[in-house]
Formats: sequence, structure tokens, C-alpha cells
Amino acid sequence: MGNQIAEADKKSHLQHHFVDSDQQFESSKLGMWIFLVTEVLMFGGLFVAYIIYRSWHPDLFYLAAKELDTALGATNTVVLIASSLTIALAIRAVQLDKIRSAINYMAATVALAGTFMVIKYFEYTDKFAKGIFPGAGYTYDGIDHDMAANFFSIYYMMTGLHGIHVVIGMGLITWMIIKAKKGFVHSGYYTPVENTGLFWHLVDIIWIFLFPLLYLID
Amino acid sequence: MAESTAKTLKIREFPIDENPKHTYLNAEKGILSWLLTVDHKRIGLLYLGSITLFFFVGGVLALLLRTELLTPAQSIIDADTYNQIFTLHGAIMIFLFIIPSIPAALGNFFLPMMIGAKDVAFPRLNLASWWIYILGALFALYSIISGAVDTGWTFYTPYSVQTGTAVVSMTMAVFVLGFSSILTGLNFIVTLHKLRSPGLTWSKMPLFLWSLYATAIIQILATPVLAITVLLLAMERIFGIGIFDPTMGGDPVLYQHFFWFYSHPAVYIMIVPAFGIMSELISTFSRKTIFGYWAIALSSLAIAFIGFLVWGHHMFVSGQSELSSVVFSFLTFFVGVPTGIKIFNWVATMYKGSIDLKTPMLYALAFLFLFTIGGITGIMIGALSVNVHLHDTYYIVAHFHYVMMGGTVIALLGGLHYWWPKMTGRMYSEFWGRITCGVIFVSFNMTFLPQFIMGSQGMPRRYFNYVDQFQGLHQFSTIGSYILGIGFVMMAVYLVWSLFKGPKAPSNPWRSRSLEWMTSSPPSHHNFEYTPVILHGPYDHHKPMREFRMGVAQEAAGHGETVEHEKT
Amino acid sequence: MNRIIEYMLPPQRSTLASEVDSLFTFINVAGFILFAGIMITILIFVIKYRRKSEDDVTPVITHNSILEVSWTVIPIILILIVFSWGFRGFLMLSSPPSDAYEINVTAASWLWEFRYPNGGTTVNEVFVPVDRPVKFIMRSDDVLHSLYIPDFRIKMDVLPNRYTTTWFQATSTGEAILYCTEYCGTAHSDMLATVHVLSIEEFEEWLETGLEVDEDMPLADLGRQTYTSAGCNACHTLDGADRIGPSFLNLYNTERELVDGSVVTADEDYLRRSILEPQAEVTAGYPNNMPSYAGRLNERQIDGLIAFIKELQD
Repeated sequence: MGNQIAEADKKSHLQHHFVDSDQQFESSKLGMWIFLVTEVLMFGGLFVAYIIYRSWHPDLFYLAAKELDTALGATNTVVLIASSLTIALAIRAVQLDKIRSAINYMAATVALAGTFMVIKYFEYTDKFAKGIFPGAGYTYDGIDHDMAANFFSIYYMMTGLHGIHVVIGMGLITWMIIKAKKGFVHSGYYTPVENTGLFWHLVDIIWIFLFPLLYLID
Repeated sequence: MAESTAKTLKIREFPIDENPKHTYLNAEKGILSWLLTVDHKRIGLLYLGSITLFFFVGGVLALLLRTELLTPAQSIIDADTYNQIFTLHGAIMIFLFIIPSIPAALGNFFLPMMIGAKDVAFPRLNLASWWIYILGALFALYSIISGAVDTGWTFYTPYSVQTGTAVVSMTMAVFVLGFSSILTGLNFIVTLHKLRSPGLTWSKMPLFLWSLYATAIIQILATPVLAITVLLLAMERIFGIGIFDPTMGGDPVLYQHFFWFYSHPAVYIMIVPAFGIMSELISTFSRKTIFGYWAIALSSLAIAFIGFLVWGHHMFVSGQSELSSVVFSFLTFFVGVPTGIKIFNWVATMYKGSIDLKTPMLYALAFLFLFTIGGITGIMIGALSVNVHLHDTYYIVAHFHYVMMGGTVIALLGGLHYWWPKMTGRMYSEFWGRITCGVIFVSFNMTFLPQFIMGSQGMPRRYFNYVDQFQGLHQFSTIGSYILGIGFVMMAVYLVWSLFKGPKAPSNPWRSRSLEWMTSSPPSHHNFEYTPVILHGPYDHHKPMREFRMGVAQEAAGHGETVEHEKT
Repeated sequence: MNRIIEYMLPPQRSTLASEVDSLFTFINVAGFILFAGIMITILIFVIKYRRKSEDDVTPVITHNSILEVSWTVIPIILILIVFSWGFRGFLMLSSPPSDAYEINVTAASWLWEFRYPNGGTTVNEVFVPVDRPVKFIMRSDDVLHSLYIPDFRIKMDVLPNRYTTTWFQATSTGEAILYCTEYCGTAHSDMLATVHVLSIEEFEEWLETGLEVDEDMPLADLGRQTYTSAGCNACHTLDGADRIGPSFLNLYNTERELVDGSVVTADEDYLRRSILEPQAEVTAGYPNNMPSYAGRLNERQIDGLIAFIKELQD
């Protein structure tokens, strides 16, 4: 909460209905946290579906998870963790008014996110080639279980919704890069960067849950 | 809270401008100044207009249903149309009318005023929430045009997966509307936490705000689950993902669990704000301190919390395990206790009061009558063995109309009349207000009391045809619904009339002690011309009025400082 | 009060009904007393404390511990009574006696089929013995349905992916209505069946003879009877009006344009195929949702239906 800068600078980002920057900053941050709660609950619904289906058909999950490429999944995990680090460094850089390096860190984050999506693309196309489509389009016969399609429905729903969040995150970070270039964010006002960072960490954390739950089933 | 930084505030009394020249209504001009406004008051009115429109649409659909039910066989429409109409009636009334009704319309308008803030925490998000609501409404409209939906508003699988109607666009409408509801809730929570005026501690917050706070918590926690549920349902229809579809190994009962995990708490999204309005009305028109402030405030939170644990009471005969039915029934009854406590507290507030039967108070009394019936019949259907008999009959239909319409809508009307002078700067006709309240009260009972009897006699709901023995009760109910419709038309006429010809409203016609009345009617663009400082609670009718009009003597003061009581 | 409650409920015709009704009565009476108490208090307050002047001064009463504790504790006691009472009835409802007479029920959009232990089948009619527990083992062919017999106070959803059960013991002979109470589409409100409660002797006799088709009845008459008993009337009218399926009036020997564009004549063979394999050749413009009657009707009933349809000409 180190918003200790000149009074004149403060005013420019202060919306009229807030008393001061501290109040505005705290409000934004609280708002972002509440939004993250709703995100967690939305994914929570999918996790509940996952848990229920896994408890009904433990053998299905064991068999079907073997079809997933653990190496690619692990790579993606490392990629996302690295991107969480870079966005954290970007926030730190903005707080220290090192806008140049903040932009670089954010660009690195977008690049890592892009890497994640590319790997995801290869994983998906590999499965489509085998005939592993969500639900009714499923034609693959490599898994000896008559509900194999349901596992991949859950797989596609979870990773797909997560993928959409990655794309949204990339958009947000790009927007932050533009903001930084135009000089809208600095040590006196870095709320948007901070909130984008929070969002990105959530995207990362969800993946850290998805990876073992889907790929590493023994 | 940052109240540790002890500073002394210089405060003085601010007189209220009884003839304001500059109000939020004439601050900006043109249609775009409304559609793109970030003023919470104008957004509140945008919502009020939208929900009125959808209440009208849903109401006309209801009258069509009632007309069809005049005879046991087909009267005016065919079975498929009937099924689509009852689905749309439910979906429109729930997602487009009642969920946004009190929080997004009256809440948006008065929440910032009641805490002395200039606006909600995120005004642009607030506007976005209205536009998202409109987008959701367009999705619903598209669904209606492209074949409507005939699944019932609950979209139970597997019927919703198999039917040939436009289910996907309707579920997307629900998804989008849920997003709008989340944004409103998020905005309210942050605003209440961060934007309260100096001196406005949690214990001095009007009970309407406590109820909105509890509502917002439910909106935040429950709506995302609805979002994922309808998303899964849409995917089920588009790709056939097989999670809920039994032909692919899915489980329809799982869908019901998902659905009611949101939709039962959603019932409290609908009714808890009404409790808040009741507290305001009864205290103001009894001119007396509210009885059991903390009991009422905390019971809202208790209802919000327990409300998350009782969804399975919609599913006693669904095929869920008997044990879960027993547990859900047990927990269900414990929602009844805090609700009962509220009713007793309101009645106790009237004791030794100075009761003035103005229109809003009449609505408050109507609420107590109708909602108590709704609550007691709720106990009835919470009981396991009786529920088996009454589930999915007209008894349920009557019960939730007594709670939702007799509760929420009546409270909304009470709140609308109560705050009408503040919002519009005009007084409505007290005479016509009282007459209409009487008409609505009597005709509401005519419409829905017979449905209790039909239901316990065994008339199933969602029936296009019915056996002859129920015809008399159905016809009575239909006649009641026509009179109810006339009641609402009467209200529309005198309210619109008052906008143009009504006498000018004073700033505080009811002599309320709550903060929103301590500014001009209608309020100025920024609500208050000063930063209000709160010394007393909103129901301290025994304190002199001028002590409620305090504000910071000089501008540029911080927030959250402790208040030095210093009269000027 | 008793007369009102009696009016509000259907006749008690099963052993479970009195258990349910006694709780229904208790909640109504207790609820009414509570409701009347609150309303009378409000009325007294409104009259006694009405505003006398604009300067009325009211006392500050913020709480009263005795009052608040009592209006918390008394309702809790009441709801605990109601809960345990409802629990007891629910236990009875969900524990069928082991010696119950078992009937398999299949629900399909939109008919009820009942299969008896001796292999016999009835559609939209079920025959049960009086004074003997009867257990329904239920399953759906398509979407959710729910079996509801108000006179017996039983209801249970019928699911496509698992069996559900319910049971009753009828206490008097006669007929009772069976409804579908889980919304299931167009003809949901026509998905009714009749429960015939027979005395033990009549039931035994019916099991022997009732399931056999009356060989002497003219075919067309048998068809007319089957038309209602098998539930054709839910979707097919006799007056030329379209319902869910085409009307039977003037149907015979017309050209039917199918969904795939081909045209067939509605002769005896087509009618027979449409009864046994309804999804195979669907006439364009109608939904593809008729259940198959293979195994649900015997040969003579099918012949009868065809004869009945042939007769329906203007």
C-alpha cells in the first residue's frame, strides 16, 4: 500500500467518489479478490463434477489418464509457474517505477502464456486426430471402458475453460503493456497491474490443480 | 477498517434545500446521458424501468396461463404453447425481474446514499452490469423468437437435452444474467466495506443495507455455480458431453444437485432484500427504534449461510438417497427460525409506536400477512412425509408465489412508494395508493389461496389439462388474477400521473432518520453537497432531527476518522 | 377446522395416508394459531398505537431478553416436532414390507406400463389388491417422470438410469387417479393412469382372466378400447385435429410424406410398423417421440387398432 507520492500526482487517477488513493486502491483490490472468489467457485463446480465422476468410476480415470501426455502437461506446468514469476516481477518493477523492465517482464509473461497455448494446441490436435472428441463425437477405441467419452468431456471442459482464462489473461496483460507504455501506471498507481497479476496467479493455481488431477492418476 | 487513526472532525449542521434546482435528473441531458451514465441513481432507474418492463411481460404471460386454465381442456392455446409460456413466465420473472428487482433497482439507488457515499465503488462496472443484463435479455429474446423453451425454468435434464426448442440460447441468457448479478453483488460488498461515511459503523448501518450485504454474499458465492451448471447444460446440448445425459452414462439427479445448489440460495437473493425494506418501513411508519437491530441484521446473514445447506429439499422424491433427504429436511427447518425471529421483531417494533397507515406501511402489513402464510406453508413442505404428497403440486406453486410475490413484490411496492418522493421529487396519490394496495392484497389472496387447496387435493403443477373436479378453484383463481392485473394497471396510472402532476415532495415526507432523507428530493448529482457525518443510528427516532444532518465542516477531510461530537 | 382439512385433502385410501394427514393437520392447526396470534397482535397494535399527532414520542425499546429467547426457543421446539413427525412418516414411505406384491412400472412419454409377476401387462391402468402391500419398481424409457397417487399420498420420480421404488397398501376398493408430476413435455398433463383397487378375490380372478383379451369382442371395438387403454388418445385425436401425432380420422390409405422425403401409403402394414417401430418411418412435421408398443400390445389388440383406424372415415 505504498502510495506515498506527491498530492498532485495522486489526484489524477483518483475517481471523484473516492476520498483518497488509499481508499481507491483498497476498494479495487477487495473487488478483485471477490471476483477471484467467484472464479474459484465456478471452477469449483467442475471440480465437484470431477470428484463425483471419479468416485463413481475410479477405473475409468485410471485408464483414460494414461492417454494424456504427462510430459507436455509437466512442461506446461513449468511454463505457467515461470509466467507467474515474471508477472510478479513486473508488478515489483512498476512499484519501483522501472517501467521499461516491467514492460519486458509482462511481454515475457504473454510469451510464456502463448507457449502454454501452443502446447495445449498440440495436445488437443493430437487427441482430435485419434478421434477423441468431447461427448457424442468420441470415436477412439483405445480405452477399454464404455464411459471413456465422459472422462474426456470433463477433461475438455476443465482445460477448455482454463484455456479461455489464459487467453483472457493474455489480453489483460497486453492491455497493461499498452497502459505502461503510455505512462498510465507507475509507482503511484499500479492497481490495474496488480489486479491483472492476481488474476494471472489464479489462472496458474487452477492449472496446478488440474495437472495432477487429470494427468497424474495412479 | 482504518478507524485507528484518531483525528478530530469539525462538523456542523447542513440545512436541506427543499427546492433543489440542480438534481441528478437534470444534471445531464439527452438519451445517452442515461444509457451511458455512471451515476448509481440513474442506473438504479434504468434497472427499475427494465424490471418493470419484464414484470409486465411476465405478468401478461401469467394471465394467458390463467385464462387457458379456465377450462379443464384446451381453451385458447395448445399444449406446446402453454408449456412454453409457463417456462417463459418462470424464467422471465426469476432471472429478469425478481433477482435484479430490489438490489439492482432500489439497492443501486439507495445503498450509496444510505452510507453517505457519492457513488458505488465501481461506477463503470455498475453500468456494465446493466448492459450485461440487457445483453442477457436479448439472448432470452432471441431464444423466444427462435422457438422458445418448453423445459420449465429449471431446465431439468434429460428433457432439456432432448427437446427441440431453443434451450442453448436461453441457458446462455441465464449465464449472462448471472454475470450481471455477480457484478452488482461485488460492487455492493466493496462499497459497504470501503465507502462508508465517517461515523457510519456497522452497527449504525440501516437494516436494508445489512440485507443487501447478505444478498450480495449469496450472489457472489452461488451464482458462479449456476454459471457452470448452465454452461455444462449448453455443452451437453451442443457436443453431447454426457455429464447429465443418462443415455451417455450421465446422471440427471446430479444436474438437479448442481441446479439447486444455486437456485435455492437464489431464493434468498430474492427474499432477503425484501426483509431489509420491511425493517425500514416498519420503523419509519411506527416512528420507533427498531426492535432487535442485531437480531434482524444477523438473521439475514444466518439465512444466507444456512441457505447454502438446504438445496436438497427440492429433491425429496427425486431418487436421492433417503439419508440426504432427512439431513436436508432437518437443516431446512433451521432457515425458519431466523425468518420467524424477523417477523417477531417487526411486530415488536410496532409496540407502543406511532403507527401511520400510509401506503408503504399498508404494504408492510400486507407483507407480514402474506409472507407469514408463505413461511408457515414452507414449514409444511419442509416436512418429509407431507412433502412427498405436496411436491410438484399447486401447493408448491401457491407457496412460492406467497413468498416471492406476497413477500418480495409486495415489499418492492412498499419500498417503491416509500422512496418514490426521494427518487422522483413528487408525491404519489395517497388515496389511490391505499385503494390499490387493498385491491392487490385481496386479489392476490383470491388468486393463490385456492391454489393451496387444489395442491393439497392433488392437482399437479405444469398441467395444461386437468381433471374436472378442480375447475371451480381454477376459475376462482383466474378471476383473482384478472383483478390483480387491474390493480397493477391502476398503480401504473397513478404513479405515472404523479410524475407530471403530483405535488412536489419535501425532502423528508415520512420524517425518517435514515441518511438518504437528509438531502434534497430528488437528490443532487453527487447525493450530498457535503461529506455526511453520522452520529446516531438510522432508527433513533428519539433523537432530534437536526442531529442527523451533520456533515464535515471543511472539505478535504479524510475518511474513517473517529467523530468528535461538536455541534455548531 | 376438521371439515376444512378434510376438504383440503383427497380421500384417505392407503395405510400411509393417515400418517401424512395427521402431520398436515398438526401444521395447519399450529400454523393457524401462530398466524392468527401474529395478525391479531398487529391489529391491536395498529389500532391502539395509531398515530395521534405528528409529535408523538415513542419509547426506546431495543430488546427484551425473555421475549427474544422465547420466540427463538418455542419455534425450535415446534420445528423439531414437525421434523421428527415428518421423518417417521418418511421412514414408513420408504420402507416397503418384504412381502409386498411387486409390479414393474415403465414410464415413457406419455404412457404408464405395468408388468405383473405373472407376465401380464397393462397400459395406463393398474390393478392392485386391497389390504395388501404393493410395491412399484419403476424405470423410465426416456426423460424424468414422477408417479403420484394423491389418494395414497405417494409420489416418486421415475428415472431413466436407475430403478426407484414406492409402495402402498390400499385400504378400500375402487378407482384412484395416477398422475405424472415431473414435467415431461407436450402431453405431460395427459399422462394419467387409473388405479383399480380390487378385493383379494376379484384380484385373483382378474389375474386369471383379466389379462386375456376378449376373443369375442369385434376387432374394431377392441381397437376403440385399446385406443384409450393404451394411451393413444394422449397424442392422436379422432376429430381430425393435430395433436402431437397425426389424427386417426381419415388416416387410412392416405399418402404419408416421411421425414426423409419418401412417400408411403398408410395401409395396414404401415400402421402396424408405426405401432411396433414408431421411430422408423416418421411422417414429416411430427416429432419423433412415440414409444414402441412392441410387447405392450398383443396381436389381437394391434389388429383391433388397425381395424379401428380403418373405420374412422368421414
